[in-house]
Amino acid sequence: MQDLAVNLGIDVLFKGTNFIRLLGGLWTALWISLVSVAISIPLGIGMGVLMTKKNRILKAVLRVYLEFIRIMPQLVLLFIMFFGTTRAFGWDLSGEAASIIVFVLWGTAEMGDLVRGALISIPKHQYESSEALGLTNTQTYLYVIIPQTIRRLIPLSINLITRMIKTTSLILMIGVVEVLKVAQQIIEANRMTSPNGAFGVYLTVFLLYFIACWPISMLAKYLEKKWS
Amino acid sequence: MADALLTIDNIVKRFGDNTILDGISFSVKKSEVIVIVGPSGCGKSTLLRCINALEPIQDGKITLDGEVIERNSKTLPLLRQRIGMVFQSYDLFPHLTVLDNILLAPCKVQKRDKEEVKQEAMSLLERVGLKEKAKSYPRELSGGQKQRVAIVRALCMHPEILLFDEVTAALDPEMVREVLDVMLDLAKQGRTMLIVTHEMQFARAIADRIIFLDNGKIVEEATPDEFFDNPKTERAKQFLNTFEFDSVRAKKELAE
Repeated sequence: MQDLAVNLGIDVLFKGTNFIRLLGGLWTALWISLVSVAISIPLGIGMGVLMTKKNRILKAVLRVYLEFIRIMPQLVLLFIMFFGTTRAFGWDLSGEAASIIVFVLWGTAEMGDLVRGALISIPKHQYESSEALGLTNTQTYLYVIIPQTIRRLIPLSINLITRMIKTTSLILMIGVVEVLKVAQQIIEANRMTSPNGAFGVYLTVFLLYFIACWPISMLAKYLEKKWS
Repeated sequence: MADALLTIDNIVKRFGDNTILDGISFSVKKSEVIVIVGPSGCGKSTLLRCINALEPIQDGKITLDGEVIERNSKTLPLLRQRIGMVFQSYDLFPHLTVLDNILLAPCKVQKRDKEEVKQEAMSLLERVGLKEKAKSYPRELSGGQKQRVAIVRALCMHPEILLFDEVTAALDPEMVREVLDVMLDLAKQGRTMLIVTHEMQFARAIADRIIFLDNGKIVEEATPDEFFDNPKTERAKQFLNTFEFDSVRAKKELAE
């Protein structure tokens, strides 16, 4: 048993505070994504509503923004925000701040598109039958349109959260010590004593991501089924 | 026309350069059932939508009991409560149960007591044979059942007049009857109704008056017997002939 643990390199985890440090890294990844999501959702709702407006210029601008964010690899955005702005504007952003800004830019775009999709998928006769029943505009939105939009939106936005959590694995590139970076540090520090550490530590990281994302993804699936 | 409940006075409706309704005038008395027929695209659905101000009109006036129905007026939601409308597309709210669909407007718009409305809703549902479906969601119902719920939803607002816009057009043939039966029952109760339909036999059975619309104008207005047995205008004859032709072909297909 002891041997197996050494062979797979799992023993490293039990040295010192290594495992706690990994969990700390995971927490960094989680709070950065949760803060980003919390900011992205209201901004995204605003953007989605604006995207359904008839104003052509507004629509075009938002469309370009959305496509730009989608096409650019997140890593490039992170580099621009972290290294680029320092030279160009003299901003001294921390890695965490740069990550949150990039994730919010990305999350707002994606969320905006989800909200737009949910809003235009509500058939016109839902508005008309509400009107015909004498509901005022506010009542129509409050009791008919928004509840339906939210039902379509929640499973999709939960998926966006898991995508963000996974994408935090990139932010080690701009010096944020999240779970993957901690893993690398542990492996490096124990290179001599536990040469097999890489396998065990990365396996643990894999499991940690899984434990963080799986319940969220199950919740999305459950809600989707419940409201379909 | 002092006893007219609804008066349509020379209304004109245009979509761009396209004139859909070209000076339509008629009135509906209390307890009267009027069926509007005409070829597709003649403007009959648009006419109903104008009456409920779902479409703005460019000229003319529509009044309910002397009050003008106008899009964007402050009193419109109040007036709309007095006009029930059932659409062709199943227009129930998919996120609410059958019962909540019915309760929404009476409770939120008219601020009536929930228990009282609930009792009324249940007895109406029983009447249309859907009492056991009260807790179901619209997606669990057939098209005919949905339309019957939509009718109950409209009735629960205690409207003075009911508008039916081709309510059976999207239904499978075997579902049509159950919906039409509900409407016949309403006519017997003395409800004021304005019906757009393609079901000619039903129109003949239910109507006090038939209005034949073509190209945005009223071409003929008569009692059902007059209209179906002795149409006065050539266009009405042609229109009715298309149905005869259809029914002959249907009979042949049945015989084979």
